[in-house]
Amino acid sequence: MTELYTEGAPIQDEKAPDGPIAERWDKRRFSAKLVNPANRRKLSVIIVGTGLAGASAAATLGEAGYNVTSFCYQDSPRRAHSIAAQGGINAAKNYRNDGDSIYRLFYDTVKGGDFRSRESNVYRLSQVSVEIIDQCVAQGVPFAREYGGLLDNRSFGGVQVSRTFYARGQTGQQLLIGAYQALERQIAAGTVTMHTRHEMLELIVVDGKARGVIVRDMVTGEVESHFADAVVLASGGYGNVFFLSTNAMGCNVTATWRAHRKGALFANPCYTQIHPTCIPVSGDYQSKLTLMSESLRNDGRIWVPKEIGDDRDPRQIPEEERDYYLERAYPSFGNLVPRDIASRAAKNVCDEGRGVGPGGLGVYLDFADAIKRMGRPAVEAKYGNLFDMYQRITGENPYETPMRIYPAVHYTMGGLWVDYDLQSNIPGLFVTGEANFSDHGANRLGASALMQGLADGYFVLPNTINDYLSAGPFEKVDEDTPEAKEAAEAVRARIDKLLSINGSRTVDSFHKELGSIMWEYCGMERTEEGLYKAIDRIRGLRDEFWRDVKVTGVNEELNQTLERAGRVADFFELAELMCIDALHRRESCGGHFRAESQTEDGEALRHDDEFAYVAAWEFTGTGESPVLHKENLEYEYVEMKQRSYK
Amino acid sequence: MNITLRVWRQKGKDDEGRMVSYQVEDVSQDMSFLEMLDVLNEKLTVAGEDPIAFDHDCREGICGACGVVINGIAHGPEVTTTCQLHMRSFKDGDTIDVEPWRAKAFPVIKDLVVDRGSLDRIIQAGGYISAPTGTAPDAHAVPVPKTDADRAFDAATCIGCGACVAACPNASGMLFTAAKVTHLGMLPQGQPERAARVVKMVNQHDEEDFGGCTNIGECAAVCPKGIPLDTISQLNKDLLGSLASGKM
Ligand SMILES: Cc1cc2nc3c(=O)[nH]c(=O)nc-3n(C[C@H](O)[C@H](O)[C@H](O)COP(=O)(O)OP(=O)(O)OC[C@H]3O[C@@H](n4cnc5c(N)ncnc54)[C@H](O)[C@@H]3O)c2cc1C
Ligand code: SF4
Ligand code: FES
Repeated sequence: MTELYTEGAPIQDEKAPDGPIAERWDKRRFSAKLVNPANRRKLSVIIVGTGLAGASAAATLGEAGYNVTSFCYQDSPRRAHSIAAQGGINAAKNYRNDGDSIYRLFYDTVKGGDFRSRESNVYRLSQVSVEIIDQCVAQGVPFAREYGGLLDNRSFGGVQVSRTFYARGQTGQQLLIGAYQALERQIAAGTVTMHTRHEMLELIVVDGKARGVIVRDMVTGEVESHFADAVVLASGGYGNVFFLSTNAMGCNVTATWRAHRKGALFANPCYTQIHPTCIPVSGDYQSKLTLMSESLRNDGRIWVPKEIGDDRDPRQIPEEERDYYLERAYPSFGNLVPRDIASRAAKNVCDEGRGVGPGGLGVYLDFADAIKRMGRPAVEAKYGNLFDMYQRITGENPYETPMRIYPAVHYTMGGLWVDYDLQSNIPGLFVTGEANFSDHGANRLGASALMQGLADGYFVLPNTINDYLSAGPFEKVDEDTPEAKEAAEAVRARIDKLLSINGSRTVDSFHKELGSIMWEYCGMERTEEGLYKAIDRIRGLRDEFWRDVKVTGVNEELNQTLERAGRVADFFELAELMCIDALHRRESCGGHFRAESQTEDGEALRHDDEFAYVAAWEFTGTGESPVLHKENLEYEYVEMKQRSYK
Repeated sequence: MNITLRVWRQKGKDDEGRMVSYQVEDVSQDMSFLEMLDVLNEKLTVAGEDPIAFDHDCREGICGACGVVINGIAHGPEVTTTCQLHMRSFKDGDTIDVEPWRAKAFPVIKDLVVDRGSLDRIIQAGGYISAPTGTAPDAHAVPVPKTDADRAFDAATCIGCGACVAACPNASGMLFTAAKVTHLGMLPQGQPERAARVVKMVNQHDEEDFGGCTNIGECAAVCPKGIPLDTISQLNKDLLGSLASGKM
C-alpha cells in the first residue's frame, strides 16, 4: 500500500485562538485586521457558487462594500442545489426550553461527527447558529410557526432535543430564496456582478496567491479570465461521483478539484454520507435518487418482515411478524439514530435477504401508527408535499401503504482543507459550505449543512476574509500574466482534447460505470481488498475515457455533453483519491465503515490512537501517489468515546 | 411502450427552429419525462447527432430549472414540473410534442433552453426585504400570526420556473411577480418596503417585455406550486393602494 501514497509534513490550523472555547471566536474577530469601509470598494472578491454558502457570502460582502463577482452554472443563482434541502436547519435557540444550549449543539455535533472534526470550529458553528435564524426571519423566510405566532421546531436524527427550524418540507428553498433576494439586492446596488451559466474550470494562482478563475461561458463557449484579490469557492459537494445520488444533476467537484490540482489540500475525501431514507432505484435509466426527508423518521416507523422472502402485501403482515429493527437495536434513539447507523442497518437487513420491493433493496417506512395517533390531516400538514412527491415518483400512495426506502449517497463531509478562517493552504483561497471539510467530521447530523453554509457565508467568512484583504489590493494581474495565460490555455487544450477524441462511448456510460464501482467498493461498507480492486478499475476506466469518450458538437455553443465530460473527467481523479483515503484509514468512523474494524455487535470501531487526525492530501499528478499531511485532532471539551445510541 | 416525439430543435438564438421527429422505444412507465429524454439523447450521441438541450438540475420539482411545453401545455398533462412528470401519464403509441417556453421575455438559447434572466431582474427591482447581515433582532421579537405566515409561505413556494408565462396568451409574468409581492407583503418584516416594492417590481415586469395580465387564469392552471390566481388580485390591491397613497 505504501506505493499508493507517501506521507509528508504534518499541518496545523494556526488561526484558532487558544483559551476557553467559548471565547475563541470573539478573540479571533478581535485579532483579525479590519478593512476601512472606504478601501473596500478597491478590493475585489470572486465567489464561485450561489448556494447558501455562496449567496450569503456574496450578499454580505457586497453589503460591506467589497467589489464582488459571483458565478454559478445554473441560469439563475436561485437554483443552486441548496434549494432542494427539505428537512430543516439547526440552531441552539432553546426556544423549546428542553435543555438545549450552544454547548449541547456543539457536543452533539462533535459526537455525531464521530470525533473527527475540530472542536474550535464546531463550537463557533453552534454559537453562530443562533444569529442565523434571526437573520433569516428578518429577510422574510417563512419558517413554520405555531398558533401563537412563534417559531415551531422539530427534532432530527442523532439528538434528543427539538432544535430544528423548518419551512414545511422545503427549508432549503426558503433559506436560499432569502439569501438569493439579499444577493439580488446587492446586484441591483452594483456591489455584486453576477455571471450565471458560467462554469469555473481553473484557478489562477500567481506568486502563491489565489488571484482569479478561468470560466467558460456555457452559452457561447468563450473561455474568460476573471481576477480578484481573493477567491471563495462555495461550489458544493461531490456526491455525484457515485452517479446516482440525491444531489442535483449538475453538482460536481470541478471547482474544488481544479484548486486541488493547483495545490489546495483535499481533506478526508472518503467521508461520504449515505442517507437512509431515499426512494429506491427503479430501473437502469435512473438518473438520480430522491431523498425523503429525514424528518419523516420522527413519525414513521422503519421495519422489514422477520422472515426472509416474506413477500406479502405489507399491510397483511401482522405486527408480531415485523422487525422494527432500529427500535429493537437502539431503544433510546430508535428510528432517530444518526444517518450512518440507520443506513448500514438497512443494508444489513437487505443483505440478510429481508429487504422489500424490486431486487430486495428496500425497507418500509410506515406511517400507519402516526396516522392513527395524529390523524391524517396532521400528517398531511406536516409531510404532505413529501408524500405527494413519493406518490408522483413511485405511483404508490404512502397514506395507504408503507413507503419503501433505501439508502443513497447524499452529502460529502470531505472537501478542501481550510483553517479556522476558512482559508485553504493557498493564501487568498477561501472555501465555504459543503465544499470545505470543516465542521462535520466523519458524519454530518441532519439539518446541520444548511446551518454551516449560512454560518460560513453570513457570519464567519465576512469576519475572517478582512484579515487577508487588509494587505490588499495586491499587485495587478491580467490576461497577460503568465500564470493566467497558462491556466486559460490549459482549459482550452482540455476542451479541445475532449471534443477531438470522438470515441464510441457516451459520457454518461462512463459516469454510470464509475458510480457503480464507487458504490460497490467505496460506499456503505469498505474493505481493503475491495478498495484495491476499485483503484485498479478506476484507473483502467479513466484511461478508456480519455481514449474512447464521445463528445458531440463544438465548444462555441451551449454544449451540455461537453460540460458533463469535463465534470466526469475530474470525478475520475477524485474517485481514486477517495479510495486511497478510505484504504489508508484502517478504522471505521462515521460515514466511513471499514468491515475490518467493527465491534462484536457490528458497530463502527474507531482507532483513536492511530487515526485521530484529518487526512489532508496533496496532489502530485494524475495517477501519481498523493502526499498525506496529517492534522492532529485534540479534544479538550468532549471526551472521546465510542458513540452509543443504544 | 413506444413513443413518437416531435421536438423543437434550434441551434442557437439567431437560428430558425423546427420540429423534428424521433422514435423512442422501450419506454418504461416509471421513467420520468426527462429520463426518457436522457435515453433518447444517449442514442443520438452514439449516432453522432447533437443531443437535445434542455434545462434541469434538481429533478425533484424544486429548483425550477426544467420546463418545456408538452402537447401545448406548460410542464405537460399533470400539474407538476416537467422533471416530476412520469411516463405513466402517456400511452403506448402516443405522439408527444415538446417545445420550449415561448415568450418575448424568454429568448430561446438552444432547443428547449430559454433565457429567464428577466425573472431575476424583477426580483432585483425590489423583490426583497432590506435586512443587511447582522442587523436582525431576535427571531421571536415579532410574532407572526400563523395564518399570515402560512399565506406568506404559500406564495413563497414559487420556484421561478416561468410556466405561468409560457401558459399565458399574453406571456405575462404577473403570477410570478404577485407571488413575491404576496410572500413579502404578508409578513411584518416586509411592511416598510411594501408600497414601493410592488410599484418597482411591476415597472420592471413591464420593461422586460412581459405582456399585461388580463385575468385569463392559464397561469394558475399550470403552476406546479399551485400559486392561486387571487394572488394577482392581492398585487393589484397593493399596487392601487400604493399609487393612491403616493407612498413609493
Ligand atoms: C435532497 C437534499 C436534501 C437536503 N436536506 C438538508 C436539510 O434538510 N438540512 C440540511 O442542513 N442540509 C440538507 N442537505 C444538504 C445541504 O442542502 C447542502 O449540503 C447545502 O445546501 C450545500 O450548500 P452549498 O452552498 O455549500 O452548495 P450548493 O447549494 O450545492 O451550491 C453550489 C453552487 O456552486 C455552483 N457551482 C458548482 N460548481 C461550479 C463551477 N465549477 N463553476 C461555477 N459554479 C459552480 C453552483 O452553480 C451552485 O450555485 C440536503 C441535501 C440534499 C441533496
Ligand atoms: S408562479 Fe408558478 S408557474 Fe409561475 S414561476 Fe412561480 S412556480 Fe412557476
Ligand atoms: S429539474 Fe429542478 S424543478 Fe425540475
